[in-house]
Amino acid sequence: MATAVHERVGVVDSGRRRRRAPAPAALGLLPFGVYIAVFLALPTGIALASGLFTADGAFTFENLGALGDPVILSAFGNSIWLSFLTAIIGAVVGAALSYAMLGFPEGGRARAIVDAASGVLAQFGGVMLAFAFIATIGLQGVVTLLLRDGFGIDIFADGAWIYELPGLVLPYVYFQVPLMVITFLPALAGIKPQWMEAVLTLGGTPGAFWRRVGIPVLAPSFLASFLLLVANAFSSYATAAALSSQGSSIVPLQIRTALTSETVLGRENVAGVLALGMIVIMAVVMTAYALVQRRAARWQA
Amino acid sequence: MAGLNRAGLNRAGLNRTAPNRTGIAPRPVTTGVILGVVGLVFLIPIASMIEFTLRGVGGGYDGSHWAALVDPANAGKYAPIWRGLQGSLVLSLTTVAIVLFLLAPTMILVTLRFPALRRPLEFLCLLPLSIPAIVLVVGLSPIYLTIGRSVGTGVWTLAFAYGVTVLPYAYRAIQANLDAIDVRTLTEAARSLGAGWGSVLLTVLAPNLRVGLLSASLISVAVVLGEFTIASLLNRQNLQTALFVVNKQDPYVAVILALLALLFAFLLLLAIGRVGTAAALRRTTPKKDPT
Repeated sequence: MATAVHERVGVVDSGRRRRRAPAPAALGLLPFGVYIAVFLALPTGIALASGLFTADGAFTFENLGALGDPVILSAFGNSIWLSFLTAIIGAVVGAALSYAMLGFPEGGRARAIVDAASGVLAQFGGVMLAFAFIATIGLQGVVTLLLRDGFGIDIFADGAWIYELPGLVLPYVYFQVPLMVITFLPALAGIKPQWMEAVLTLGGTPGAFWRRVGIPVLAPSFLASFLLLVANAFSSYATAAALSSQGSSIVPLQIRTALTSETVLGRENVAGVLALGMIVIMAVVMTAYALVQRRAARWQA
Repeated sequence: MAGLNRAGLNRAGLNRTAPNRTGIAPRPVTTGVILGVVGLVFLIPIASMIEFTLRGVGGGYDGSHWAALVDPANAGKYAPIWRGLQGSLVLSLTTVAIVLFLLAPTMILVTLRFPALRRPLEFLCLLPLSIPAIVLVVGLSPIYLTIGRSVGTGVWTLAFAYGVTVLPYAYRAIQANLDAIDVRTLTEAARSLGAGWGSVLLTVLAPNLRVGLLSASLISVAVVLGEFTIASLLNRQNLQTALFVVNKQDPYVAVILALLALLFAFLLLLAIGRVGTAAALRRTTPKKDPT
């Protein structure tokens, strides 16, 4: 690669001093390139490939049979269901919140505070969000006790669902809504007041503006943000791991089980197979995201 | 969280600017209702955490759990937390070093000499968003077995993995700043005045990129302090894994520290926002709205 770059730049540059420069310049890319190769490309490659080899190193498709196992299938089903449900709720509530934020000036204090709070909850919560929900709707949680002692309602009458799959819905929504604000607010802020003025000048109503202009322009951004939320929930691990230390109802928790115990379901390299499955689904969602986002970008300056 | 509620007090600012955004901005009452309802719901878990930490041992409320945290008698019990916090701070520093001394120079080099590589570099840097950390762990565990045998199992080695995790955030922060300044002209001016590449980087480009570099560093610290997945499955101790362990013996202290960590991350991001806005205000001439 270094020689190719050398030749190409060498043709363009005619100055004597700069002709010697390209080789060292290309060498400058080397440290980062090596770093990416070892800590991004290699682990991704291992994660993708390890499911396709036996413990002895022979190539096999046999491990992929694990994907047909009922336990694994239901984990993928649960993960997808949880991701879509929380993404839909997150997208709708987050869009409403973004709309409300238009009432505040861009670069103002209110926006800065909501931005920072959204960033914390969307990206850095993890284990801490699990603690928050245990303190809220755990067996001794504030809301649990309030409902039990104040209204005689026992939310855990049918068992401690907070530590199982349904218990993940509220914490997931709690980080999906802020992520929606982060991704959707810039698109919403890109709607020009002049467009509304144009519609009003031409005799339209505000309702007509939203129906004919606002919503069609925002639809791709909304869909793109929704897909990002799906990917976000699907790949999330920390909150679920901290909430349910035993169960493995979703795929990331199945990977934990596979990594921490030698053999699962009597098969080899189940973690690799599950990682492969996750990557395939993530690739589908993120490709759809990139396609929709390209269309959405038309309206963003 | 707290921010959403305080935003409600800012109604004066809202009325002042409402005429500017005729029609598109919601009416103040709509803003108030949406913010009020969503803000309240989002405050409940945070308020619950605070209530939880104030519960007294025999019922009622007191600050005994907060006092226990700094009580020397409990030093042994909470030792894992301080070790974890120490590990996370070391990791923050090493990860920021990777961002500043590996990522940033590469991005400058690509901008100056290899503009054709800009898109591929962007793709590479944003790629970790599409690869779940839990998947990365599957591939990292054999790599870290090798690292453990050759370099040791020190917690700082995780910084190599974290450098990849923070890549999308750090890239965006630095790239936004690179787009806002004319790197090529600055460099050519400095070079034609006789500056070497070292002084171009350190005394010409770095000061002009300070906002981007600072944002990238702060956001990296926030990501590293909140990271659990990789550390936990590679059996290294950082703040989050320590919280996870301590939570099983003393949930009150774990919740107190979680609250403090969330608050710290919030302040970090608020600082990033202020730094970014200050730079934007300086570029666009008159300061219209001081809020």
